[in-house]
Amino acid sequence: MNKYVFLIPLLPFIGFLINGLFRNYLSRALVGIIGSGVLIGSFIISLLVFQEVTAPGFETQLIKYFDFINAGGLKIPVSFQIDQLSALFLLVITGIGSLIHVYSTAYMHEETVPHFARYFAYLNLFVFSMLLLVLGSNFVVMFVGWEGVGLCSYLLIGYWFGNNNYNNAAKKAFVMNRIGDLGFLLAVFWILQQFGSITYAEVFAKAASAPVPVITGITILLFIGAMGKSAQIPLYTWLPDAMAGPTPVSALIHAATMVTAGIYMIARSNVMYSLAPISQNLVAVIGVATALLAATIALKQNDIKKVLAYSTVSQLGLMFLALGVGAYTAGVFHVMTHAFFKALLFLGAGSVIHAMHHEQDIMNMGGLRKKLPITHLTFLIGCLAIAGIPPFAGFFSKDEILTAALIKSPVLYALGVMTSVMTAFYMFRLYFLTFSGKFRGTHEQEHHLHESPLAMTFPLMVLALLSVVGGWVGIPALFAKDAHLLSSYLSPVLGSANGEAHHLSHSLEWALMGILLSFIVIAILFSRRLFGSNFKTENTTEGISGFFANKWYVDELYEAVIVKPLDRFAAFLGSVVDNKIIDGLVNGVGKAVQFSGRQMRLLQSGQVGSYILIMMISVILFFIFQLFWK
Amino acid sequence: MFAAFDNFPALLIWLPLVGGILSFFMKSEKTAKATAMFFSLLTLGVIVTNLFYTDVKYQLLNQVSYVWLPGIGASFALILDGLTRTLTLLTAIVVPIAILNIPAGRYKNPNIFYGLMMLTFCGLMGVFMAIDALVFYLFWELALIPVYFLSSIYGGEKRIKATFKFFIYTFVGSLFLLIGIFYIYLKTGSSFSIVSFYNATPTNAEQMWVFLLFLIAFAIKMPIFPFHTWQPDAYEQAPTPVTMILSGVMVKMGLFGVLRWLLPMFPYAAKAYAEPMVILIVIGMLYASFIAIKQDSVKRLIAYSSIAHVGLMAAGAFTLKAVALNGLFIQMFNHGINIVGLWLIADLIERQTGISKISELGGVAKKAPILAIFMVIIAFANIALPLTNAFVGEFMLFNGLYQMRPWLAALAGVSIILSAIYTLNMMKNVFYGEVAASVNSFTDINKVQIGMLTVISLLIFVLGVYPTPYFSMISETVGLILNKFGTN
Repeated sequence: MNKYVFLIPLLPFIGFLINGLFRNYLSRALVGIIGSGVLIGSFIISLLVFQEVTAPGFETQLIKYFDFINAGGLKIPVSFQIDQLSALFLLVITGIGSLIHVYSTAYMHEETVPHFARYFAYLNLFVFSMLLLVLGSNFVVMFVGWEGVGLCSYLLIGYWFGNNNYNNAAKKAFVMNRIGDLGFLLAVFWILQQFGSITYAEVFAKAASAPVPVITGITILLFIGAMGKSAQIPLYTWLPDAMAGPTPVSALIHAATMVTAGIYMIARSNVMYSLAPISQNLVAVIGVATALLAATIALKQNDIKKVLAYSTVSQLGLMFLALGVGAYTAGVFHVMTHAFFKALLFLGAGSVIHAMHHEQDIMNMGGLRKKLPITHLTFLIGCLAIAGIPPFAGFFSKDEILTAALIKSPVLYALGVMTSVMTAFYMFRLYFLTFSGKFRGTHEQEHHLHESPLAMTFPLMVLALLSVVGGWVGIPALFAKDAHLLSSYLSPVLGSANGEAHHLSHSLEWALMGILLSFIVIAILFSRRLFGSNFKTENTTEGISGFFANKWYVDELYEAVIVKPLDRFAAFLGSVVDNKIIDGLVNGVGKAVQFSGRQMRLLQSGQVGSYILIMMISVILFFIFQLFWK
Repeated sequence: MFAAFDNFPALLIWLPLVGGILSFFMKSEKTAKATAMFFSLLTLGVIVTNLFYTDVKYQLLNQVSYVWLPGIGASFALILDGLTRTLTLLTAIVVPIAILNIPAGRYKNPNIFYGLMMLTFCGLMGVFMAIDALVFYLFWELALIPVYFLSSIYGGEKRIKATFKFFIYTFVGSLFLLIGIFYIYLKTGSSFSIVSFYNATPTNAEQMWVFLLFLIAFAIKMPIFPFHTWQPDAYEQAPTPVTMILSGVMVKMGLFGVLRWLLPMFPYAAKAYAEPMVILIVIGMLYASFIAIKQDSVKRLIAYSSIAHVGLMAAGAFTLKAVALNGLFIQMFNHGINIVGLWLIADLIERQTGISKISELGGVAKKAPILAIFMVIIAFANIALPLTNAFVGEFMLFNGLYQMRPWLAALAGVSIILSAIYTLNMMKNVFYGEVAASVNSFTDINKVQIGMLTVISLLIFVLGVYPTPYFSMISETVGLILNKFGTN
């Protein structure tokens, strides 16, 4: 199978080239077929790879292609690593990627063919970069993919580039990611200096013998990279703005795959993180703080995509909480289940937006249950999954995270529980406002309401199925012994020390689970009472709700404390320091020499110009003459 | 006798020179352009051919020395080695693009314009190949003089002021350079050859100040903060083909001078000055990056962006680390390619709209989707995205900085964030958004322009993905420089 691994990223890249270069010549159908076809091809190969990885006796495979850089003592090979972790991510990326590509063929049908092709080209390029990111066997290949997905994210957020708000969102995303990337880059240099290599296998093998402060420094820098890519405090504000992109893009890039790159990175480097308790604590604290902050904001958002965006930030925070408490498997597990239900929710939102003719405000929706039966049902499944109702997927992964958090610290656990309860509340607020009660939009919108075509509902149904059963690969020991298939599958990469269950008595676990579930059910019922059938309007301007609705004024804070001052500083450097001081000094010197007046006249007069020209040519001729004279 | 054509260096001097002189005598613009184009492409062909003759057994084809002024110990000595190939190749790619891009009827007396362009070309070739200090100095001036004329005759509104500033700066630099050369010459006991300059062994105390003479000349050329204020004015006011050569190639004269002359001649002083130099340069990088953010003129934005990028290269040179020098060699080439791409696009826009103010443009991508694609490629090369050429060079340069002082790499690294800000700002305001009035009748680029930008884009990707052949070309020369410092 190794022989064909390169095809996994190459196929989407070929799709990118074809759709990108020939966008003016291809037909719409062909663009869609190529764009989705290459992904399905990659998915099939990924399945075969997965099959091989799960076969007994499998060992991690390194496939080297060529040296990217080999000069000046720096050696960076382009090579791929096939192991349990990368194989799992391959499946998630190409699997969900395929569904979203198919979905896009219908969702983007209003675009003209060249733009339609441009969209698919970007999307293919994104998948290519994302696959590089997870396939790489060293930090530089990961970084290449890492920045590549950032580029595609930029291009797709600003896909409708006529709109300047979208362009600003795209720029913001790229710049905030770059801040994180600098951390990543410095970590790479530090790793190179400490270990003389950037290949995972070599670095991790030597990690235990490196000084703890060094490992701590490296892991914190890596985490700064993750903060940008995976939208954690303080670099999370780009993700909600990124909803400017087409909705399938939000599903694929800003929910299911790209934003989980930070989790992948830390899970991949778990050996180092386990050696650096300070970094772990930082990851856990930032994670849980982000989870909570984003959940409070999501409570008061009225844009269907913004709710989902903050929910994504919040769920990513929970994943980091898992990583921070050393429950790497739980983190990766939640990446997977979250990819299922969040992609489902976004695509469902897309279906709603599609039916509503680009309306995104849930205050203008309501009662869509009857008009969009498939969307409604699948969306409900997604909500149940994210709320953590058993036996839906989110229940298992979230429960595992919270259990691990409890073992570490009751405070982390309590904050995680609060997040979960709020999640259930705001997700069902979203659900009820959208699908139940009376329709609150215009008559025209009501008239046009329709269920989406099969190309859109099919991915919804598949993802809904996955959101139901996806969690069953991680049945906790509480329910059945040795039923956590995922944990044993990932143990060669992530270790089996998840800590779970060993420290807690089963009765305590049952009790906590029961309490949490009842909280969640209460939250849902409360949500139903508020937003169910008799919803009128909601006051979101005053007091704490205004504070949440305005996102804690963090954007305003950044603007006032960072952006504006730096902008003024830059203006000061340009107009005062450079223009007045340095250039003034230079000009002063020029004048002092009393050179300027005369020289300028010389240059201005064309005649003198020709004189100097002739002089110059004579000088050249003189030297050439010298050369021949012998 | 220098009338020989049986070796590469001589051909590389003769072809642009003959092309230039012939262009002077052409009556029509068409023939003058064709002549210049023909000879510059021929020169490019010679260099490309030379890439297959790098082996030691071809040494006689790559290194020559002619009797010139035997009385004072100067000989006309030239060499083609890794460093030279890097820069002559770059020059020979940039010049034809600059010439080809000139629209008919743009400049009065076009024969003089093309002739002067080719003379600069010839001068640059000499600068890069010279291994005799006097020859080096001669070509250094020869490359500059035509630029003064081109800028003062054909430049923009404020051309006289800008050219004069440029002239004063470089004149002062040249003066220091000349004094430095003669000081070392007196030490060598009457020889200008590079070997005797390397072995002149000035005392440590002498090194400390003669180093500065050379350094100022080279620092002005690059330019390094605070010697940079000629550059934005010159880039803005010079005619675009000249700006391309200035920014794409001539700034490398300074870096080249550091690599070929400064560092090997004064290893003691280089080590002593290394850290303060790097700190100063890093400050300059951030300084220029911040200023770039606030520029409303496309040209001044590119100029300040270039100061930041060249600053990184200069800093890399003074780290004296193998990885940084390798990165510097490849980045000199990459920067030249990328910035010429930026100028090309800026010129194509200004030519159609008559505007180079960012705030007065907008929505070009709607009118010219093909141009927009190239802009995306070149813009992201400018911010050193992986798999573009600049990533390779900048990654290695930053790595070298990190090896020297991690905090310097972190500080300099802020410039990669700032470069994303100003480059994407330009993208957004010029290419995206609503179509500005000035852009209403904009048409997409023609086949020739597509061709030029395709060449640039291919170079961006090829060197960004597989730079290995390039590194094998330069490894020996890099090793020679580092030998002077006893590392590697």
